[in-house]
Amino acid sequence: MIKESALNPETASFRETVPAGEYFLKVVQAGETLRILDLEGNQAADTLFYNAHNPTERYSVTDTLRAQGNVYLTAGSRLMSSENNVMLEITADTCGRHDTLGGACAAESNTTRYALEKKCMHACRDSWLVAVTEHEELGMTKRDITHNINFFMNVPVTADGGLTFADGISDAGKYVEMEARMDVLVMISNCPQLNNPCNGWNPTPIEVLVWS
Amino acid sequence: MLETASPLYDDLIPGGSHWSFIMRRGHVLRLIDETGHANVGMLMYNPENPLERYNMPDTLKNQHTFKLTRGHVLLSDMGRVFASIIRDDLGWHDTVSGTCNAELVAHRWGRKTYQQAHNQYHRNGLSSFLNELAKYGLGKKDLTANLNWFSRVKTDDAGNMTYVSDHSHAGATVDLRFEMDTIVVLHTCPHPLDSAADYPSHPLRYQLFRASPVTDADPCKTSSPEATRAFANTALYHLMP
Ligand SMILES: [Zn+2]
Repeated sequence: MIKESALNPETASFRETVPAGEYFLKVVQAGETLRILDLEGNQAADTLFYNAHNPTERYSVTDTLRAQGNVYLTAGSRLMSSENNVMLEITADTCGRHDTLGGACAAESNTTRYALEKKCMHACRDSWLVAVTEHEELGMTKRDITHNINFFMNVPVTADGGLTFADGISDAGKYVEMEARMDVLVMISNCPQLNNPCNGWNPTPIEVLVWS
Repeated sequence: MLETASPLYDDLIPGGSHWSFIMRRGHVLRLIDETGHANVGMLMYNPENPLERYNMPDTLKNQHTFKLTRGHVLLSDMGRVFASIIRDDLGWHDTVSGTCNAELVAHRWGRKTYQQAHNQYHRNGLSSFLNELAKYGLGKKDLTANLNWFSRVKTDDAGNMTYVSDHSHAGATVDLRFEMDTIVVLHTCPHPLDSAADYPSHPLRYQLFRASPVTDADPCKTSSPEATRAFANTALYHLMP
């Protein structure tokens, strides 16, 4: 569902550009609004959310799908935690659909999806593993890397149980915006995937904005 | 596909229960819906390094599928094959709907405590998983999207999910051939989208067999280039003990 935001980027309390292949880590307080902006189009923002006070509670794809009875995310979707609490609610979306079934790329999944020789190419899970090891204060490890949201990705499910990877429906300037319902740690890997035609083999930067 | 006609082991897990064990590579775990309408929640881990676990997204996207059935492999997050589905009587098993929790079970079917109902009390899938995971030093951080054997959740063009209530039947069978040693954690608690009037409590019969050796022409190994590469990764893992 396309729903535009009334918020003005000029009034954002925080703005940061995240290059492809980098991670982004920030606590967003309950009541604040987070926007992820696709600067150049068809980029994938692989995102994990944690309860900022207890990262054992985290975004759960299965609880989210079940709570809304739908496999796609868009405006109105409530992002649920592993403890069945609402973490964030998507309040605006100019893309229309986001994927949470396809997971993130990892060095090892690149070997199965593309070619065994691709194992040393940089991948989203590498970015997250760097993030948690560079931030020991979070007390997080690979155990905490679970299933994520792929903002701006389109992964249609067919009625007979197929899963397809369609061309991106995002474009330069499209965004998704969500309001935090609890204090959340946001961990994004701005995807470096060089093997997937969905991004035209060209990973590009995103921008993250927060309104207090 | 089975080296032995009669099972090496045969057991029945009551409905609304949980259990776990280590499957050794080269063996088949047969799951049988004893009475019909069963749901079996399952998680899988590598006993040598439990940080390697079943990965729903990798399993689905590598095989371009939303459902699981014969010919599919169940992938770990390290690009390897825990198990191959070598037989399936149903054609569709769910792995995206997760598991019921205490709140959901109490809301839908009422709370039945142990004091009231003894072993017929209402267990839920999430607590059941955590109960079994603790036996291996694992916990909440190790939970991932689980499998729901014998359950079907379909979607329409808009992505709306529907639980199919009359999917499985008595005797429906799934054979999983394990390609790696695997911690198998399972429960027989209701599917979280089941709307049956009474708490669905359906047992699981499971049997163990020795598997025939996997050939290069094996249907699971050759089902897709992705599966072939996952088997290559698994073979390498066993080459480097
Ligand atoms: Zn990626």
